[in-house]
Amino acid sequence: MIVSEHLLISVQEDDFNVGQEYALLRNMADNVGAIAVFSGLVREFYEPAVTDAGPASKVLNLFLEHYPGMTEKALQDIVQEADTRWRIQACKVIHRVGELHAGDQIVFVGTASAHRADAFAATEFIMDYLKTRAPFWKRQQSSEGSEWIESRDSDAAAAARWNSDKD
Amino acid sequence: MLTINYFASVREALGCASETLSLPEKVNDVSALVEHLTRQRDARWAILSNTNQVLVAVNQTIVGREQALQDSDEVAFFPPMTGG
Repeated sequence: MIVSEHLLISVQEDDFNVGQEYALLRNMADNVGAIAVFSGLVREFYEPAVTDAGPASKVLNLFLEHYPGMTEKALQDIVQEADTRWRIQACKVIHRVGELHAGDQIVFVGTASAHRADAFAATEFIMDYLKTRAPFWKRQQSSEGSEWIESRDSDAAAAARWNSDKD
Repeated sequence: MLTINYFASVREALGCASETLSLPEKVNDVSALVEHLTRQRDARWAILSNTNQVLVAVNQTIVGREQALQDSDEVAFFPPMTGG
């Protein structure tokens, strides 16, 4: 989905190729001086958000549920907000849904800019906001059984620090 | 008609993914809708009152419980997000 000609988002079941996405960002804009790329993977061992909840369990698979329609809207709002805060020449966000396995890629954020500071900051901002504002939920099947993953206070804190920066 | 969607652990706890409902009389915001649902239905629905565990979106935007409702709105209840 094209948010504007330099901002792209995709919610998809299919895997992605980081090299191809990097090449796309490199070709989307002129005078790019920096491209920051982040990819998130399914961890092999899951540590519960509550520290006394027991040992890490081995992840067999993960099911990513989302809210079709709102997901795209939320991602669009996040990349547009990043675009107003930093000088971004091209940006692409990919988030996978459906069944995934340990080691699989889940999420991609790539940002092209004239200078590295904007590319780093925008990429980190998009990930922090995506974690707390885009309607995705993980259900995990592990050696301990099947459960919905709990949200983490550390994710909320990571997103909140971008608000205080703005004041 | 209101469309109400439920996701993830909330959907499973209620055994309901989606429903349509005529906006009940005197239900003018999200809080009043939650009150209506918890009063009309069995004990499982009480989870909707937990503002830490259950978030609300109206027309696909996260809102507070004081958000006003119109009869054509799309409402959704879901747990805090865990994507990325």
